[in-house]
Amino acid sequence: MKLHELTVAELGRGLREREFTSVELTRHYLARIASGNAALNAFITVTAERALADAAAADQRLARGEGGLLTGVPLAHKDIFCTDGVLTTCGSRMLAKFVAPYDATVVERLAAAGMVLLGKTNMDEFAMGSSNETSWFGPVRNPWDLARVPGGSSGGSAAVVAAGLAPVATGTDTGGSIRQPAALCGLTGLKPTYGRVSRYGMIAFASSLDQGGVLARSALDAALLLAAMAGPDPRDSTCIERPVSDYAAGLDRPIRGLRIGIIREFFGPGLEAGTGAAVQAALDGFRKLGAELVEVSLPNLPLSVPTYYVVAPAECSSNLSRFDGVRFGHRCEEPRDLRDLYERSRGEGFGAEVKRRIMTGTYVLSAGYYDAYYLKAQQVRSLINADFRRAFAEVDVLMGPTSPTPAFALGAKTDDPITMYLNDIYTIGANLAGLPAISVPCGLVGGLPVGLQVIGSHFAEELLLAVAHAWQRETDWHGRRPPEPVRGAP
Amino acid sequence: MSSGWETVIGLEIHAQLATRSKIFSGAATAFGAPPNAQACLVDLGYPGVLPVLNREAVRMAVRFGLAIGATVAPRSVFARKNYFYPDLPKGYQISQYELPIVSGGAVGIVLEDGTHKRIGVTRAHLEEDAGKSLHEGLGELTGIDLNRAGTPLLEIVSEPELRSARDAVAYMKKIHTLVRYLGICDGNMQEGSFRCDANVSVRRAGAQQLGTRCEIKNLNSFRFVEKAIHYEVGRQVELIEGGGKVVQETRLYDSDRGVTRSMRSKEEANDYRYFPDPDLLPLVLEPAFVEEVRATLPELPDQKAARFVRDHGLSDYDAGVLTASRELADYYEGVLGVLGGEPKLVANWVMGELAGLLNRDGLEIGGSRVGAAGLAGLLKRISDGTISGKIAKEVLEAMWDEGQAADAIIEARGLRQITDTSALEETITQVMAANPGQLGDYRAGKDKLFGFFVGQVMKATAGKANPAQVNELLRRMLAGP
Amino acid sequence: MTLTRRDVENIAHLARLQIGAGELPAYADSLSRILGFVEQLAAADTAGVLPMAHPLEGEIQRLRADEVTETDRHERYQQDAPAVEAGLYLVPKVIE
Repeated sequence: MKLHELTVAELGRGLREREFTSVELTRHYLARIASGNAALNAFITVTAERALADAAAADQRLARGEGGLLTGVPLAHKDIFCTDGVLTTCGSRMLAKFVAPYDATVVERLAAAGMVLLGKTNMDEFAMGSSNETSWFGPVRNPWDLARVPGGSSGGSAAVVAAGLAPVATGTDTGGSIRQPAALCGLTGLKPTYGRVSRYGMIAFASSLDQGGVLARSALDAALLLAAMAGPDPRDSTCIERPVSDYAAGLDRPIRGLRIGIIREFFGPGLEAGTGAAVQAALDGFRKLGAELVEVSLPNLPLSVPTYYVVAPAECSSNLSRFDGVRFGHRCEEPRDLRDLYERSRGEGFGAEVKRRIMTGTYVLSAGYYDAYYLKAQQVRSLINADFRRAFAEVDVLMGPTSPTPAFALGAKTDDPITMYLNDIYTIGANLAGLPAISVPCGLVGGLPVGLQVIGSHFAEELLLAVAHAWQRETDWHGRRPPEPVRGAP
Repeated sequence: MSSGWETVIGLEIHAQLATRSKIFSGAATAFGAPPNAQACLVDLGYPGVLPVLNREAVRMAVRFGLAIGATVAPRSVFARKNYFYPDLPKGYQISQYELPIVSGGAVGIVLEDGTHKRIGVTRAHLEEDAGKSLHEGLGELTGIDLNRAGTPLLEIVSEPELRSARDAVAYMKKIHTLVRYLGICDGNMQEGSFRCDANVSVRRAGAQQLGTRCEIKNLNSFRFVEKAIHYEVGRQVELIEGGGKVVQETRLYDSDRGVTRSMRSKEEANDYRYFPDPDLLPLVLEPAFVEEVRATLPELPDQKAARFVRDHGLSDYDAGVLTASRELADYYEGVLGVLGGEPKLVANWVMGELAGLLNRDGLEIGGSRVGAAGLAGLLKRISDGTISGKIAKEVLEAMWDEGQAADAIIEARGLRQITDTSALEETITQVMAANPGQLGDYRAGKDKLFGFFVGQVMKATAGKANPAQVNELLRRMLAGP
Repeated sequence: MTLTRRDVENIAHLARLQIGAGELPAYADSLSRILGFVEQLAAADTAGVLPMAHPLEGEIQRLRADEVTETDRHERYQQDAPAVEAGLYLVPKVIE
């Protein structure tokens, strides 16, 4: 068995049993990155030296019989998580030279668990995108087909895990940015409940929607990472005071009798046929496992995309005002005056999609338009939330596709923002309502992965992971790998 | 101001809350640190950081709300006020907009003519202060110090019920007294801990509709408030009488020239795009929390003044002066406690001689060189007749300068009053003998010379004679055998 | 909603974003399309519906004890700044 084909759980066991050292493992991954990343463009920064130092420290802990399930296991962080002393770009020219002076809580906790940082992954600029094509550092390519996108915004994290350049990676999900790339790259992608994982140090896109999570090879791996990342944080008052479960231990709960709601609105005309068929087959599979399937309707859910494209831009327009060329980040050359400093630094530092969203958000919050756009969107958000609440009174989880199509070609949707935005039509609802959701591989269409999305009620991560795990015990879609070698990989 | 015009003023007072750390971060709030030494990642608006609200700031806002009889909101919401300015690191200020923590209270003010007036407080909300821009010595550049950024502020907004610059000052002083009583603001105006913006408009007397207002920013002394409003009212009246129109704008008071001028940086109409801050959940206050705060409220200035009038027989004016600060009122009551009575005597000395010495040396009551017990020791010697009031002034000055107790100074300087009748009679006899002409004239009906003889006796006794006793003896002895 | 060039200029100024003259038509077009797309919200019946600003509105804000936990790190932080002098961040002259 090759090291890069092992899951996090298997790597942890191998390390503790001294079958291999963390340094050996880390060198193996660094070698794969060295040869594989050029084709994928999935890492913005590779922290090789630090990784080897982290690995050596982990080996010492392990040699003393210390350390836990994750000690010595390498990982990659989405470049949205501030990492002390490491370039943290958020995929933007604005932060192209920004070395963060502190660690995000997620970074700190996973480091404390003994994980080894391989590097920071490419992403859509400020997490605004569904194809990883808005990055200042260029698009990421999908390891399943280099002519296609990996999805976004956590496209780099998805690509590195799928291509075996890292065993697991963190991501963030504001409207589907973990689940959609997980679906398009054949991974298990978990977006936890809003408030389950601290947002401290995670560069904000839309604060009421953003949530950190995991892109992994299996539900078990996601469970291990989540347990180490989650939990209350005194530095984030929106992070909820609620104990963290041993998610891995809860994976084996039986799903016989589970009531699954099939979201009617997710099976409309926008759904590509092959994807629909794969998802339908998965649903049949769950029925065979003893689950009870019922169709449910969430009549306001189709409004989730327009609601999102008011709420998220509004919040981002304000969140991104701090990038003004004064204290950090890009500053234009020789500003004539204060206005010039602001307008040119921001005009140059942000890419087109970010500017579009800032302007959309500025507009919907401005005098005379607030009620018609922002307030209205908040009211519709309420309706969508109520739809979910009603559904969860009837069923344990909701299911449907993660993305309407498998990975599409680079450049295919860059001309029209609306077409691009509709990629997230099935994922945005969970963000608006703050619900946990997971995408699990459920088939291949034309050689490309398809994801099944499972949405749970608030703080139902344990159940979602158990459902995903049950599925992964019965199937091997999550074990499928893109063709090796990735062009140029060893 | 020209007659026929009415002035309408509303004040927005910014009181920095006296917390140790900032409203949303753990950085210190101490004044005077080196530039940016107290600006942490949250204050600097770094990517990824989040605000976490300081409980003490909330408690202080609640104290204020309860003290002015306002409604303390069971649920209030923080909102973002969006605008770009270099002293505002995030590009937005976290404030409260639609649902403030305090709304609908009032305070009473007493004008110099003794008129009482209630002034409504529309609302008071929590927000973060901005940093400071420094222009000195940097040529064509401005330097930004963000130490002040994130200092908690309580913005106290009055109803437009103030009708003159004097009203405005009286109201501002009232709030100033109150926040210091409550221990929620140090009230230091030089350091900017307590400052205000004034919204000023004028209208024809009797008009119902409000005139167009101008907002005068950042007034940091009572004197400037009075002068700036006075100037602004004159400007507006003159403008309208000259056929012009007042333009709604933000103005700055130039204290060197005593004028207000339009602020260039605020020329363009701002669109603040307020919306609820998604980083902060609604602030929910349980009734138990509010009651706990209420239980710790001190006696408030109005209550204290009323008690001074009722229990000590002071005038409204004196009671008002003595309760203007908690420290002064405590001092007054401290003296009274040691002395065991004579509230009016104590009031006169605290407001008169003691205030004069404090004023001379530029000290607050807290810095008084004569403590409450010391002053009581002095006043005791007046009331038991050991020294006269006049001598007491001399003793107080000596106490002030030398730091000794009244009795020690009286003894050391031999200032004890001469109350021995026979000794005084002998002095008077000598004075009469030395001034036969005046004595003759007096006896011939020149009553005015009585004062001359009093003066001579006091001079001969170096002021130590009891004046009442001198009067009585003189009257009898001058009248002749 | 169709935005004009002028509208885009105004929004860009409010957001302090320099948009080149040549880019204005493209932004006017894409922003108009986005606003047109979100206008479908107008059809939703939201009479009497409370706005939802936050997914956790039932939760209560957690407060922090009033303690100083930060130390002076301005020298490190100012390494990130494009222009500083004597501990101050520098910007072009601010006219009040």
